[in-house]
Amino acid sequence: MLLTTENLGKRYERRGVAVDALRAVDLEIEERAFVAVTGPSGSGKTTLLLTLAGLLKPTAGRIRFRDKQLEGFSDAQWASFRHANLGFVMQNFSLVPYLSARENVTLPLAIAGSKGAAQKKRATELLERVGLGDRASHLPRELSAGQQQRVAIARALANEPALVLADEPTGNLDPALATDVLDLLRSLNEESGTAILMVTHSPEAARAGTHRVHIEDGLVVDASLQPA
Amino acid sequence: MNLAGVAWKELSHRRSSLVSGLVAITLGIAVIVGVRSVTVASEHAVAVKLDSLGANVLVLPQGATVDDYHTADIDAPTFPEEYVERMVTSALLGVENISPKLTRRLKVEGTPLVLTGILPDSEVASKPTWQLEGLEGATVEHVCSGKLGAHADPRLQRKVIDVLGEDECILGYEAAHRLNKREGDTIEVEGVTLTVNTVLSATGTVDDDRLFMHLHAMQEMLGIGAQVSAIEVMGCCEQISEGLLSKLRNVLPDTRVTGIAQIVSTQIETNRLMDKISWGILVIVLLVGGLSIGNYMWGNVTQRRREIGILRMLGARRARIIGLLLAKAIVLGIVGGLLGYALGTLVVTIMGPDTLGLQVRALPGWLGGSVLLAVTVAVLGSLLPAWLASRFDPSANMQEI
Ligand SMILES: Nc1ncnc2c1ncn2[C@@H]1O[C@H](COP(=O)(O)OP(=O)(O)O)[C@@H](O)[C@H]1O
Ligand SMILES: [Mg+2]
Repeated sequence: MLLTTENLGKRYERRGVAVDALRAVDLEIEERAFVAVTGPSGSGKTTLLLTLAGLLKPTAGRIRFRDKQLEGFSDAQWASFRHANLGFVMQNFSLVPYLSARENVTLPLAIAGSKGAAQKKRATELLERVGLGDRASHLPRELSAGQQQRVAIARALANEPALVLADEPTGNLDPALATDVLDLLRSLNEESGTAILMVTHSPEAARAGTHRVHIEDGLVVDASLQPA
Repeated sequence: MNLAGVAWKELSHRRSSLVSGLVAITLGIAVIVGVRSVTVASEHAVAVKLDSLGANVLVLPQGATVDDYHTADIDAPTFPEEYVERMVTSALLGVENISPKLTRRLKVEGTPLVLTGILPDSEVASKPTWQLEGLEGATVEHVCSGKLGAHADPRLQRKVIDVLGEDECILGYEAAHRLNKREGDTIEVEGVTLTVNTVLSATGTVDDDRLFMHLHAMQEMLGIGAQVSAIEVMGCCEQISEGLLSKLRNVLPDTRVTGIAQIVSTQIETNRLMDKISWGILVIVLLVGGLSIGNYMWGNVTQRRREIGILRMLGARRARIIGLLLAKAIVLGIVGGLLGYALGTLVVTIMGPDTLGLQVRALPGWLGGSVLLAVTVAVLGSLLPAWLASRFDPSANMQEI
């Protein structure tokens, strides 16, 4: 098993009001799976994703990645963990505005301090793979929404992660572009065997996944995790 | 690309906002460099003045100033050479060497020069800067330290030129250069022909522009009788502090007797003040520059919240974020230091001569220091914003629905 959660809970406390965004989530993600998590807005999907990445601290439960227990990790341990194992594709593309497409793709490698020439080669390869080989030197604002999201996907793959976490990757795209992006994710999953955990409120988008989970109000209501 | 590369890209992307980040640090460094340059120039000017006097007591005509003596205008006041006899016969303790001088500004073979009439065995002997060594600002401290250690000062070990005939002259380095004369050549001065006995090596003082000739030959040439413009006296320091000056005033009526310490003391005071001011400015620059950079950086990191979150998401540790922001501070410091140095140097070198009457030179040695100081200030000012930025909640900007 690639990733397992047990009883995962996350309670937000703001100005004395407690919100249980995750109640007791048990989840299992196999190696090379493409899991689509669906649920209505406010059901806790983003919270789940950020918690799995260590960007939010869970208030209960356990997270296991392969044979590592993650819930007690320090900030620095989480950072190395993310860097070594995770890729991210967010709804709002999350590109750095003053870096070109290639430089954005290079960022995870820059954080690791790898050599310039190797970085450039890898970034060019990845951009070609997402069909943007000719846009390497463009800034994010010079690219369309769909192209920006593809740059984000290329960047998510730069460090060859075992798991890509995608939060509403098609949320800001019109239907045709959304299909392109989903096809791309699917083919990456099939070709390089990168596991994907995609959360989305859209049932159509969820169809791209090989496995499905449905959550509502912080609880997994359809935990079958059966292949679609 | 590494994180320094990212810092650099960000800087060049937001070039216009750089200005606001740099103003305080650039101005601060400019002021420090400017004040330092002026102080050094002023200290140098004191040193030049001291050395050009060549004696530690100066007797001038009543009402004349040291500047009159140096400008040596045609109608500059004079007093009788006979005063030298009075000084000798009154046998004052502490008077070591007496050099009467007559100075006039004249055109010699078309070149404006300062002619100085001297009595060879005394006058020449008391000129410290006629030795080969150049002059150093550092000696000011020594001469002005209150001891006036004329005898202890190695520069005062004498190089005596005993013989200077009435038809001979000595040329300062610059004067010889401009007249294109060497030792043995002859010069026509006001209808009198003089042979160049010696050409002095460069001293960096007014002596470089002088033509020295025998005092009596000069008096005769100008037809002004036995008059002199000044008497330079080498006095022992103890006797000067024990009232040699007032004793001289009693013996020589209608004269102004001044010690070197008095002549340059105002300027030395000014220098001390400048020195203190530059320390004060340093503190202000540290505070204002640091705060202003810190303020700018805080604005910058709040603007970059999202991007910092992205980097954290991609696995950058907190220390990396701090490093990224400090890299930016270092670039700001380098740019601010260079700009500040250039600005400060330009302003004082261009305005110095007119507003301060000082020839201010650039201090290349301060370039490195300026950059170092600016970088230090920028980094210190950015520490807190950088630390706070590294603790931004990375999830905050990823929860937009
Ligand atoms: N930072 C936060 N502070 C307090 N409550 C939050 C915060 N983030 C999300 N929530 C709440 O947690 C619940 C789940 O939110 P979220 O995970 O964003 O849902 P989804 O992504 O499925 O729309 C919602 O009720 C939301 O209002
Ligand atoms: Mg969400």
